[in-house]
Amino acid sequence: MVEFTLPKNSVVKKGKLFKAAEAASNVRNFEVYRWDPDSGENPRIDTYEIDMDQCGPMVLDAILKIKNEIDSSLTFRRSCREGVCGSCAMNINGKNTLACTKAISDYTGTVKIFPLPHMSVVKDLVADMSHFFDQYASIKPWLTNETDAPADSERLQSKDERAKLDGLYECVLCACCSTSCPSYWWNSDKYLGPAILLQAYRWLADSRDSNDEERLNELNESFKLYRCHTIMNCTDTCPKGLNPAKAIAEIKKMLVERDIL
Amino acid sequence: MDYKKQLEIAADLFSVKNPTAHFWYQRVTAVALIPLSVWLIVLLNKALSESYAETLAWLVSPINAFAIIGWTIAVFYHAALGVQVVIEDYVSTISVRHLAIRATNLTFLFLGVAALAAMIFILFAR
Repeated sequence: MVEFTLPKNSVVKKGKLFKAAEAASNVRNFEVYRWDPDSGENPRIDTYEIDMDQCGPMVLDAILKIKNEIDSSLTFRRSCREGVCGSCAMNINGKNTLACTKAISDYTGTVKIFPLPHMSVVKDLVADMSHFFDQYASIKPWLTNETDAPADSERLQSKDERAKLDGLYECVLCACCSTSCPSYWWNSDKYLGPAILLQAYRWLADSRDSNDEERLNELNESFKLYRCHTIMNCTDTCPKGLNPAKAIAEIKKMLVERDIL
Repeated sequence: MDYKKQLEIAADLFSVKNPTAHFWYQRVTAVALIPLSVWLIVLLNKALSESYAETLAWLVSPINAFAIIGWTIAVFYHAALGVQVVIEDYVSTISVRHLAIRATNLTFLFLGVAALAAMIFILFAR
């Protein structure tokens, strides 16, 4: 059955307070989830006071400042710092987003930073993404076409055909949407989740791919696809402004048109 | 054959055979219930505020009778489809899940048949 309470060793405790220098006048509090699997201790929330006059504008800047100047044991993923790699996806003040593209000034008061919800935590803010990427691999995210490509050119698309990929190709697979979805929380072992289904539709919508039949057959399963109940958390939270719920609806529409109507 | 394999076969036997049809009929019945529920409200209003004879006189008109029978079929079918989805969402133990789905499907089937039988009895035995 669904578990609504945390196991004893996952209950989050109060952690340490790292005070800002006395001279600091523009201080913001950052509460950060900390858990070290090697310590055997429960997770805790550490509080860091940061002098905003000495810190960059984005949440990732604050996290990097903590790592570089206050507490080097803090663990998190980051790479591009411009919303392209999807590495720094985390839950900030209750909403999944990319720390690098989220301005601290968008929040008032304390900024609370947690790892992506309902994922196994590797350490601190690092979630285990293995299953998510296995699911991604399962939809065969590459172009398949039984016919050979023209010998002297690329497979061409019209402007309209190319436009169908807008709103799909921009996905950076940060998993903000999937980990905000209650259906994915309860059934992520089988349900593919919004990010992977958006990617699946990206290949269904691609005029150069001729494998729609097999792709739809793979998705036509009550758990892989139909756990989506149009909750829309995915669309609400996507830091790239995409609409995974619409992509899922398009897959359902394709299946209804193929199998029912 | 190992236990896990047997469970997988059992899960396959009871899984939704055509998930797209399940999804589609849930939507079709939901949309159908919007206009049909108007008839139900009228029927309930008559049953509560008017005499049995007056209510019956309204009910025997073919359009009203068809609408109420349609509502009954749609509502129990919609309920069975919907509750199955909720059970699939929240009950992960496969044996319990399939037992619960069968039990609810049987319950809604029984309730639907009972409601239709009652209606036919009222319409023809007046």
